[in-house]
Amino acid sequence: MQEPVFTATSVPVLAPGYRFQWEPAQHCYVLLYPEGMVKLNSAAGEILKQVTEHEQTVEEIITSLKAAFDGADLDDDVYQFLEEAHDKSWIKSK
Amino acid sequence: MTKAGSNQNKAPGSTGGTTGLKRGTTIGQPLWLLAELTYACPLQCPYCSNPTNFSKIKQELTTEQWISVFRQARELGATQLGFSGGEPLSRPDLVELIREARGMGFYTNLITSGVGMTESKVAEFKEAGLDHIQVSFQASTEELNNLIAGTDAFKHKIQMAKAVKANGYPMVLCFVTHRQNIDQMESILDLAISLNADYVELATTQYYGWAMHNRDQLLPMKEQLERAQAIAHRYQDDQQGKMKIYYVIPDYYEERPKPCMNGWGNVFLTITPDGTALPCHSARELPGMSLPNIKDMSIREIWEDSSDFNRFRGLDWMKEPCRSCDEKEKDFGGCRCQAFMLTGDPAKADPVCTKSPDHHLITEAIEQAGLEAEKLDTEMQPLVFRNPQNSKRLHGK
Repeated sequence: MQEPVFTATSVPVLAPGYRFQWEPAQHCYVLLYPEGMVKLNSAAGEILKQVTEHEQTVEEIITSLKAAFDGADLDDDVYQFLEEAHDKSWIKSK
Repeated sequence: MTKAGSNQNKAPGSTGGTTGLKRGTTIGQPLWLLAELTYACPLQCPYCSNPTNFSKIKQELTTEQWISVFRQARELGATQLGFSGGEPLSRPDLVELIREARGMGFYTNLITSGVGMTESKVAEFKEAGLDHIQVSFQASTEELNNLIAGTDAFKHKIQMAKAVKANGYPMVLCFVTHRQNIDQMESILDLAISLNADYVELATTQYYGWAMHNRDQLLPMKEQLERAQAIAHRYQDDQQGKMKIYYVIPDYYEERPKPCMNGWGNVFLTITPDGTALPCHSARELPGMSLPNIKDMSIREIWEDSSDFNRFRGLDWMKEPCRSCDEKEKDFGGCRCQAFMLTGDPAKADPVCTKSPDHHLITEAIEQAGLEAEKLDTEMQPLVFRNPQNSKRLHGK
């Protein structure tokens, strides 16, 4: 098992060259990078929206998402997504 | 640029690998807009993908026409915009075009040789919102670089690559490889490392336009490729997490064709300097094209209704062996332009495919290039450089 990159106090930020935005024509959030695009599912979109709206810790992101989604138990999902996004070089820990 | 639009990889959190197009039922979105702003270029690379008759095309779209193209394509769902050419820096309105496109929400890519760039321009583009600059090199040494480019540009390119990085852009370097520089693979990658590149694209020459004309002089030999590939893989391992290296085998040495443009009229839209809309940057050379122009039709009409964009859309146009092939949805039968150039029929299977009855044309081309490679320097056919004089010589005025 690889050592996880993110803990409760780390601050995830988008990697240089990446841009996150809503695409009306796709009806979804997307991640744009040099000559490419990833269409995000709604969970990934909501997490990256938190990451890009303002700098905050993973703990704060989870708190905001819980408030928005009726206290859903989403801690593991957030951590798992952040690690995968880091492996893909979309985000880094500030 | 052929990889354009193909980076929609299936990744965690993505909704899937494709654009949501159900082949044959709905039409995809032109996600990738390639704006060939001009055919003017200070370089003369003999592998240029521009048409060899480019000197006949004199009228360029105005600033307003380009902005209208961007707006229309954006409304149809385009997200990636490549400023290309020729050398896009030759357009005096480039900053304005970047600013407008970025304001519409495009991810803006500048694909440049770096010639004509200055440090203040890099900063100006940044301020205008440019997302990404890709600087192309012709080789890793000054002598060979300048010989291939037909101009004295190497030192300036190095400076500009550094300026790109200093302005906070990811540094994306592109080396177009062929027989005459592929043996430099180690020093190419060492150069990229010394410049702190984030991405290196080892783009293999594709045989269209000028490159097709110079194929005997450019096509690498199998031994060269194997050596270059081993080096590229070694550097990929060493540079993991630091520099991403993209290495693609030339399709002449593959058994299956490339999924050209991710399918005809599927995600890719090229607008040429004079406003002609093409499903790929080589398609102008195909016979029977209507060549719709943005001056006469809207981008939506061109994308959805024009005969050109529907000509090889989906799978119904295919002949055997593609029609009954279980890989047809993976590679779409390969490249229409390559099929036409080599067989005379754009609806045939790309001869790169070993299932194609025309595959011998590829093996013969490799043999032919091999004979040329064995010749002494003095006996070799000289490279024909991409410049207006040669364009006129090949096609008349």
